[in-house]
Amino acid sequence: MNPHGKVLPISRPGPGVAGKTGTWRVMRPVYDPSKCVKCRLCWLYCPENVIDVNEGGERFISIDYDYCKGCGICSSVCPTGAIKMVPEGGA
Amino acid sequence: MVVKPLTGNYAAAYAAKLARVKVVAAYPITPQTTIVEKLAQFIDNGEMDAEMIRVESEHSALAAAYGAASGGVRAFTATSSHGLLYMHEMVWWVAGARVPLVMVIVTRTIGPPWNIWSDHSDLMDQRDSGWIIMMAEHNQEVLDETIKMFKITEDPRVFLPGMVGLDAFILSHTTEPVDLPGQELVDSFLPPRRQPYIMKAGDPILMGNVPRDLHDNMRMREDIHKSLEEAKKVIQEVDEEWYKLTGRRYGGLIECYRCEDADHFIIGMGAWVGDMREAADRLREKGIRVGVIKVRYVRPFPREELLKWLTNAKSVIVFDRGVSAGSAGQLFLDVAAHLMAAGVRVPVKNVLAGVTGLDVTYEDIADAVLKSVAEVEETGRFSTFIEWYYGR
Ligand code: SF4
Ligand code: SF4
Repeated sequence: MNPHGKVLPISRPGPGVAGKTGTWRVMRPVYDPSKCVKCRLCWLYCPENVIDVNEGGERFISIDYDYCKGCGICSSVCPTGAIKMVPEGGA
Repeated sequence: MVVKPLTGNYAAAYAAKLARVKVVAAYPITPQTTIVEKLAQFIDNGEMDAEMIRVESEHSALAAAYGAASGGVRAFTATSSHGLLYMHEMVWWVAGARVPLVMVIVTRTIGPPWNIWSDHSDLMDQRDSGWIIMMAEHNQEVLDETIKMFKITEDPRVFLPGMVGLDAFILSHTTEPVDLPGQELVDSFLPPRRQPYIMKAGDPILMGNVPRDLHDNMRMREDIHKSLEEAKKVIQEVDEEWYKLTGRRYGGLIECYRCEDADHFIIGMGAWVGDMREAADRLREKGIRVGVIKVRYVRPFPREELLKWLTNAKSVIVFDRGVSAGSAGQLFLDVAAHLMAAGVRVPVKNVLAGVTGLDVTYEDIADAVLKSVAEVEETGRFSTFIEWYYGR
C-alpha cells in the first residue's frame, strides 16, 4: 500500500496471502457435534480465525482446513472434548 | 511568551506539553528521568490532557508510544544510554513502520564501566535506523526543536520518527532562561496530527507482514532514505516558520559561527559547541581565522551545507564525543566521506575528546585546534587523522 507516495510496509488482511498454510498441519482437529455445548470457546481462542459459528446449524462450528494449522488450542479449550486431535494422513 | 528558568529536561517536558502530546510511555533512567517526572506532574495536576503509561522497560516504553502513535495520537517518550540501547529494536521498527513519533534522548555514556556523564555514543548508535536525529546546544534549542520535531516528523513528505538529543547534566540538569511560547502560538504552528495510516477498530491493516517480493522491501528502505533527503527541505521550512512566530531561527540543518571569512573549521554538535564558539573567538585574537559549524541535524546529514562551507577551507577539524571503535568518530566519518565523494581535497582530522564524559573546556578546544592548525600551516596536511585528546 502506498498512500502519500510513501512505500509502506502495510497491507489489508485477506485469506491465504501466504498460500494454503493448512498443508503444514501435522494434527487435525475433528469435531463431534453430539458433544458440543455451543460455548464458542474454540471460536474465541483459535489463533488463526478459522473457526466459524453456524447459528442454528446442525454442526455448530465449522473449521476451515485450508488454513487451520493444527495447533490444537481449540481442542484443549473445549470443555466437553468435542474436538479431538488426530494425526494427519492417518485413518 | 514568558521567560522561565528551565533545565534542559524541563524544557523538553514543556515542549511535549505544548505540542499536546496525548500519550507518554516511559521508564526512568538517569539523566532522562526528570523529563517524564515533569510530564507526570503536568498530567496529575490537570495541566496536560494525556495518558501516562508506566512500563517495565524501555523496549516497552517505545513499543507503547509507538502503539499509541499508530492509533492516531501524538506520542512521546524519552530515554538515555542503556535505555536507548535496550529500545534499539523498536527504534528500527518505528522508523520502518513510518509512524511519526518524538523521543528525547539525554545523551549519556554507555557502560561498562557504569558512567552517567555525557558522550554521544548512545545517540549515534541509532543513526542508521531511519530516524531524524538532531542534537541541541542549549535549553532554548531543546524546547524549540522538540516542538518543531512534531511538525517535521508529521509532514507527509517525511512521515518518520525523530529524536532530539541533549547532553547529560550539561543541559539536562542545568538551568537556563528559556523563552516559553504560549499555547496559542504553538497551536497555530502545529497542525492537527498527520500520519500515513491509522490503526483502528473496524478498519484492519496489517503492518510488517512478510513481503511477497523482496524488491518491495528494498524499496521501503530506499523510501526511508529518500524521505530523509526530503526532510532537509522540511527542516529548513519549519525553521523559518518558527522564526516568523518567535523570532528564533537556527539555520536549518547546521548553524555557522564566524564562517564567512574562516580558513579553518571546527565541526561539532551538542552543548560543547558553545565552548567551540569561545575557542574560535580566542583563536581569532591570535590571528587564526577559525569558524565553527554546529551540526544540528545529523540525520538527514547536512552534506550540501557542509560542502558549501568546506570546499575552500584550509583545514577541517571534527570533534567527536563518541567513536565507532575500530574506525573513527561517527561525525568525522560522515564529514570525511561526503568531502571525498564530492571530490573536495581538504586536510581533515578527527579529535576525539569528551568521550565517556571527560570534561572539555574552551581552552582545551582552542589548544587542540591551535596545534592542528600549526601543523597544517607548516606542512599542508595532518600527519595523523585521529587524535585522542585527554586535555592540556
Ligand atoms: S487446530 Fe488451531 S488453527 Fe486449527 S481450528 Fe483448532 S485452534 Fe484453530
Ligand atoms: S469449545 Fe467445544 S463445546 Fe464449545 S463450541 Fe467449541 S466444540 Fe462446542
